[in-house]
Parts: sequence; C-alpha cells; structure tokens
Amino acid sequence: MTAPVTGLRTVARVAERELQFFAAVWRAMAFSLFIAPFLYLVAMGIGLGGMMEDGAAGRPDLGGLPYRTFVAPGILVGTAAQFAAGSGLWPVMAGHRWLGFHRAMVNTPIAPTSIPAGLLSWIFVRSSVQAAVFLAIATAVGAIDSWWGVLAVPVAGLTGTAFAAPLMAYTASTDSDMAFDPIMRIVVAPLYLFSGAFFPLAAVPDWIAAIIRIFPLWHGIELARKATAGLDTEWPIAANLAVLAAWTGVGWLVGRRTFTTRLGS
Amino acid sequence: MSEHDTIAPDRTGPDDRDRRPLAEARGLVKRFGDFTAVAGIDFEVHPGEAFGFLGPNGAGKTSAMRMLGCTSPITEGELQVFGLDPQRDGPQIRSRLGVVSQMDNLDLEMTVQENLVMYGRYFGISRSVLADKVEELLAFGQLTDRRASKVDPLSGGMKRRLSIARALVNDPDLILLDEPTTGLDPQARQLLWERLWTLKSEGVSLVITTHYMDEAEQLCDRLVIMDQGLIVDEGSPAALIERHCPREVVEIRYRSPDVQALGARAATDLGLRIDDLRDRLLVYTDDGEGVIAKLEPEPGAIASTLVRRSTLEDVFLTLTGRSLGEG
Repeated sequence: MTAPVTGLRTVARVAERELQFFAAVWRAMAFSLFIAPFLYLVAMGIGLGGMMEDGAAGRPDLGGLPYRTFVAPGILVGTAAQFAAGSGLWPVMAGHRWLGFHRAMVNTPIAPTSIPAGLLSWIFVRSSVQAAVFLAIATAVGAIDSWWGVLAVPVAGLTGTAFAAPLMAYTASTDSDMAFDPIMRIVVAPLYLFSGAFFPLAAVPDWIAAIIRIFPLWHGIELARKATAGLDTEWPIAANLAVLAAWTGVGWLVGRRTFTTRLGS
Repeated sequence: MSEHDTIAPDRTGPDDRDRRPLAEARGLVKRFGDFTAVAGIDFEVHPGEAFGFLGPNGAGKTSAMRMLGCTSPITEGELQVFGLDPQRDGPQIRSRLGVVSQMDNLDLEMTVQENLVMYGRYFGISRSVLADKVEELLAFGQLTDRRASKVDPLSGGMKRRLSIARALVNDPDLILLDEPTTGLDPQARQLLWERLWTLKSEGVSLVITTHYMDEAEQLCDRLVIMDQGLIVDEGSPAALIERHCPREVVEIRYRSPDVQALGARAATDLGLRIDDLRDRLLVYTDDGEGVIAKLEPEPGAIASTLVRRSTLEDVFLTLTGRSLGEG
C-alpha cells in the first residue's frame, strides 16, 4: 500500500537543510546577526539617548519611556526583519539558479510547494533566536525590565516571515538579482528608519505614516514595544498580528505557485 | 524509525517486477508555451537494463528525463513510472528514483559527507541509518579521503561522482543520469564510466541521456535516437548500426574541395552511400581498404584516409543528415 506523503514532514526536511547550512556558516553571520544590533543599541539607546534625557525620567513624547527602553524593541524587530528580508532574496536565488540545491531537493519526495513553508519555518526560528539573543543583551544593559519582553521573541519571528515570504515568492519568479539591492536599500532600509523603531510614528507626516502602516515592520515594533515596555499599541493587538500574518500567508501562498513554476514545470 | 518514514512505496513482488516495465511512455508530449520540446514519443524501460536517449542538444532528451523524474508535468500522452502516475504520485515515485542532473546542484557550503547525509534526510532516512550508508557511498564515489572537504574545491569529476553517490542514497530502483559526463576531461569520464559499469553489473536499472555516441555505445543496452523532439529509431547500439550502416566507414580528406567533388561523384557512380561533409568525404562500405584507390581521381588528390568501424554517430548522420555535435 502507498502511504500518503505528509507535507509537514517534507517541510521539516527543508528547514533541516537550512539549519545544517546555518550550523556550517553561522560564524560568518554572527556579526550582523548578533553584534551589529547590540552596537546599535549602545550607540542609539545609551549614546544618543543619554544626550536627550534629563535625569532618569522618561520622555513624555516616548510614552514616558527612557530612550533606550523605547528603542530596544525597535532594534530587536528591525534587525530581525532586515536579515529575514535578505533571506528571501539571495539564498533563494542560489537555491534555484546559482547553486541549484532547491533543484536537487525536488528530485526527492520533497515537492516544490513544500520549500517556501520550510524556508519560512526556519526564518521564523532564526529570527526568534536572533531576537532572544538581543533581548538577553538588552536586558543586561538595562533596556528591558519586564518578563513580558519574551513575547517580543515570536513577534520578531513573525515579522521576519512577513518580510521573507513575499520576497521569496518574488525571487522564485525572477531570473535576475538586479532588483535585490534596490529592494534592500530603497524599501527595507527606509522602512527600518521610519517604522517607529527610533522615534514615534507620530513624528512623520501623515502620508508617510499611512504608507508605513501598510508594511509589516511598524506592526511588529508596536507589538514588541508592548511586550518589552508595556507601551499601548495604536491599533488593537489582533490587528497588528493580522497584518503580520497576512503578509506571511499571502507571500507563502504566492510562493507555492512561483516555486512550483520555477522548479516543477 | 523506518528507513523511509513517510513513504511506503508500492513494491510489487519480484516476479511481477521482472515483467513489468519500470517506465512506460505513450505519445508523450512536452510543450513550453509555443515551443514543443518532446513531440510525441513512446518508450519503455525494463528492469535491469541501461536505457539511453541519444541525440544532439535540444533534441528533447532532458525534457523527457525531467518528465520521467516527475519534476516536470507531461503536456499530453501517457506516462507511468513504477506503474504509478507522475502527476498524482510524484513523491512516491521520486522516493524510488535516483536522479543525477546535468548540473550537479550540490550544496557547495557543506562538506562532501554533509551533502550525502542531507540528501538522505530529504528522503526521510534516519541519521543513524545514514551513518553506515554514507560510508558505502563515499567508497563508491572514491571520495572517502575527501569526506570533510567542502564541495566547491573538488574537481568536476569528483563533483559528478558525488552527485552519483548522492543519487544512490535511497537505494533507488531506477537511476536517471542526464548527460553524466558532459564537461568532464577524458580521464574523469573513464573513471565515471567505470563507476556506472559497476552499477550496471550489479543489476541497477539506468536511464542515460547523452550526445556522446561512445558513451551510448559503452553503457546502453538499448537506446532511442532522438531528434527534434521525436524518436527516429530504437534498438541496441549494435542493432542500430547494423540496420543503418555498412560495417565500415572510410573517411577521406582531399587536397581541395574540387577533387573532393570528383571523389564524391566517383563514389556515387560506384553505388556507395556517402556523406559529403565540408572537410571530408564519408563513404559507407563493407570493404573500406578496397574502395580507397577507386576514389582517388588523380594521384596525390587524397591527403589522408581513415578506415574505421561504423558508430552510432554514423547512424545519427544517416538518419538525420546532421552530426550529433550540431545543435
């Protein structure tokens, strides 16, 4: 008798490959994953924040928070999102075209439709680990003082998938990496700057704020800040979560199609 | 955990398996938009045989192979692999195939050993089973002393041996090799052929695509010759040669195109079949040495001659008017 091939197992194998790959190369990524966000926290939270603050009291325009407490969840989610965005671009192109390990994968029981789910599972885990390490460091330097802060870890994971899912769907549909740098420089980096990581969204013109609210990053930062600093979110928490889930879900569904066209036609 | 933790393939009894073809295609068509890569082909692959698709680049071999490998849906016709439907049962079929694609598609950042282990994991084989299996595969690929090496610095021949070793990780019932020695130097090709011979002698069933006639002659028990998406003939290498060509071919190089034209006329007048190529005249005959003197229109007109036995290259030229090297 032929047993049904369960999709979840093949998804797990795709994630396992990513884990094995990460285990081989993580040292080369350690700086941008773990050390660079810490430097941001020191420079912005303690350096810049120290200049802005009079004494230990928080600032009213930051919801009464000291700057380092305000900025820590922003850096936590923002760096995870940036890294995840990159994971939806070059490594996917490598899998399809440059090196072809995804083409090898589909010669096994793994179907093209399983690959995006496997990659996203891994990106969720890696973004969460990255956030957890940052959270520990931020706590050690006094930027986080609530145990609720651990909830920022899965928020970073979900924000990571919200960036990676649509980008990997796009990558599977294109033959060229020409747009990758512009995507990172013109879309992802400005989003990091203006999505409320470093200053409240209220500080930007309404039309920019409206654009920012379309993208996942601000929603992730709002949720993380609620977790680490207890600051109330502008939207209901469920709405923030829904936006992150929608970017992830739609990206995943489109990715199932583009991966199938790329690897199985 | 069982060796294949998600898939329990439909393994029929040994008697059945000897009779039923491993793969069977009827009227198989593959189109990409307006382009027809495979234009309706019939073939069968039997257990224990080495079956070949011989043809120039663009003949449709790789497309046929990808349909067999269940990574490319068929456009029209019928295809069964292990008696299963590739469209519906792709993962089950692939769990019993070993695929070596033209590009090695190895994981360059991982070591040789990690590549083998990871590929086994794709099939759901447990790491404890793989620990033994990988030793066997490293030995087969003659890569044991390179196990800890990253893949990138390996030579082309080593990479190809690793892709073949990797394709054996699931003890496949059928191995698909797409242009296995393309791009390799002669020494690496010899070594690879020797490895494939070993598999063949162990009774492993192979499907090979190639545009090298020597590869097809050496490795294939039976082959189809493909051109422009169609099968132009089918048989064992010896049978195809006997069917289409006399025993020998004389290759004559003349001093000038003018005398070659005269030589070609002389051969035609003798009733011999020829191919009047740009740089030489091919004459098909059962008595190579005997005809040369009759084809020299004037003393010194012939620069060089070569008498050789007919090959699949000559069969292809006879059938299509083109050589295998031409696209």
